[in-house]
Amino acid sequence: MEEKPKVIVSSRSRRAEVTAKEFSFAQADVRAEGVLSEYRLRAWNQFQKLPLPDTSLEAWRRTDIHQLPADTFTLPRPGAYEDLPPVREDLLRPLADGQHGGQIVLLPGGATVELDETLAAQGVIFTDLLTAEREHPELVARLIGRVVNPEEGKFAALAGAFAQNGVVLYVPKGLQVEAPLHSILWGPGAFAHVSHLLVLVDEGASVTYVHEAASPDEPGANTLHAGLVEIQVLQGASLRFVELQSWGKHVWNFSHERARVERDAQLDWIFGAIGSRLTKNFSELDLAGQGAQGRMSGFYFTDGTQHLDHDTQQNHLAPNTTSDLLFKGALKGKSRSVWQGMIYVAPGAQKTDGYQANRNLVLDERARADSIPGLEICADDVRCTHGATVGKLEQEPLFYLKSRGIPQAEAEKLVVEGFFDPIFQRIPFEGVRERFQEYIAAKMSE
Amino acid sequence: MSSLEIKNLHVGIEGKEIVKGLSLTIHPGEIHAIMGPNGTGKSTLSYALMGHPAYEVTEGEVWFKGQNILELEPDERSRLGLFLAFQYPVAIPGVTVANFLRSAINARRRAENPEDKGIPIPEFRKMLKAKMDMLKMDQAFAGRYLNDGFSGGEKKRAEILQMAVLQPSIAILDETDSGLDIDALRIVADGVNALMNENMGVLVITHYQRLLNYIKPHFVHVMMDGRIVESGGPDLALHLEEHGYDWIREKVVEETA
Repeated sequence: MEEKPKVIVSSRSRRAEVTAKEFSFAQADVRAEGVLSEYRLRAWNQFQKLPLPDTSLEAWRRTDIHQLPADTFTLPRPGAYEDLPPVREDLLRPLADGQHGGQIVLLPGGATVELDETLAAQGVIFTDLLTAEREHPELVARLIGRVVNPEEGKFAALAGAFAQNGVVLYVPKGLQVEAPLHSILWGPGAFAHVSHLLVLVDEGASVTYVHEAASPDEPGANTLHAGLVEIQVLQGASLRFVELQSWGKHVWNFSHERARVERDAQLDWIFGAIGSRLTKNFSELDLAGQGAQGRMSGFYFTDGTQHLDHDTQQNHLAPNTTSDLLFKGALKGKSRSVWQGMIYVAPGAQKTDGYQANRNLVLDERARADSIPGLEICADDVRCTHGATVGKLEQEPLFYLKSRGIPQAEAEKLVVEGFFDPIFQRIPFEGVRERFQEYIAAKMSE
Repeated sequence: MSSLEIKNLHVGIEGKEIVKGLSLTIHPGEIHAIMGPNGTGKSTLSYALMGHPAYEVTEGEVWFKGQNILELEPDERSRLGLFLAFQYPVAIPGVTVANFLRSAINARRRAENPEDKGIPIPEFRKMLKAKMDMLKMDQAFAGRYLNDGFSGGEKKRAEILQMAVLQPSIAILDETDSGLDIDALRIVADGVNALMNENMGVLVITHYQRLLNYIKPHFVHVMMDGRIVESGGPDLALHLEEHGYDWIREKVVEETA
């Protein structure tokens, strides 16, 4: 133990000499054909222009990626999945209650798609990006780049230019889709997995959509995921979107996500994150029409040397809009989490009701949670509240539980489950709650 | 034999000795009361018996079911049949009373048989309902987060509910009467009396005689400055109620002088 500080000092001095490497992607990797060629070339141009973000940028101040081995990443070739571990069976089972209305598995260099025939006949489109580009080019053109600009950042541009994997979901006007739709992004291998999700829930329609990104642990491998999520919930529509990531602990994970919620529409957005080596995730809720409502509920649990950074923004752009964000995280080992949240109320967005809270439970003295709430209010008749806490596992509750015969490890697990219970209460799906409980059990027993 | 034998127990906290050589034996079927002014080490004794990590036992032994329990973790002591009703029960946000009790029961079952799948839910519900009825508790109570936002009376009743579910062979009630109005006190005492049986021993720790009107002790001990200085029958409690502690204090001074 005595020697440990010396090791840290030496690695730090060595680290200072390393500068971030550039990606080695070429223009030939950009699929600049058909309806998307203009968008992709625009993204490519941005990608070339933008440097890798560093800690001098406010959004990246707490997430240092200078060790990203950017030059090593390559895009998987078509059919690459054939030589890689197949998707884990447990990822395929339904998470939102009830049988799937459709399931997509995105693989390195391929995809499988299933959609209930009735839903297809009703006009639901739920397919992978390449198929959608071929079969529904107008729809894809209508969705891509509309909610997230490739100019928003290096990784947004990267994903915009190179996305091979993706999902396009369209629910026609007024259609209530009961059976949940499910997609899995399975990312084994030392690749750059680049994904792009495009969702349009048309006026008055409703749907539940679960997307999970996952991979096996491949220690030593250099794997990247860069993703874009663009969601539009049109007037009076309703979307329940569950987004889970259980990337292997070697994966560098970056995403830009935004959902635009129109007049009287609703979004219930649930996040669950336990994986990756490092994550930087921008998630934004745009309440764009009067009466729009959005709820964001986040669960994260880190261990080892994981670093998860969730940057959330609740933008109230119209009057009478409501947002409600609760992110809760537990941390073990030497891991670190960052949550930066902002509620923005635009001029004229009166009668806004905005709430944000981030609660952290630090289970190990070496772990660290940063929690940074923020408000920017440009209207005068609003109600916005926020809260942020970082707490430790207290001894008194543990002693109390142990005094009833519950062993230490189980007592700790009970307290942690109790800590997350307010998140469970917000999740309408038993399957998702169970998955989170499995996450807790796995993390606690490591 | 499930007697609790405390032999020459010394307990300190942060280096300061609080319990200074206390000996006491509680046999099954007996109710003992320890009374004494504030700050004499009554709660320290109860925490030390349960194994709170902040309380350091510097000398002595506590024998229970053939083991010196001072060598055991708190959860092991509990599974052996020791129970402490806390003076200040701790809130566990997010964990319901029912979930907590089921975890406690299952911990016992798993300690007996590592393969145990846990108590079947219908059996657990039925058992819990019966215990709650006995303590005149609303069924909705089971769904509330443990001690979280509970009133003083609810906390104490929840302690007795736990005792009813776990069925200890030795129960220590630490100031269970504090913060209770007379109705709540009666319900709690009725609960304890209903649970009392010839196989269970009870140690009631209290500042006031009041609780002993409802839970009738066989033996009453007076604790002062970390030791038991006087023992007697139920009459001793009544005498203390009438005359206070000064006469004992004087007597102790005389004896040690």
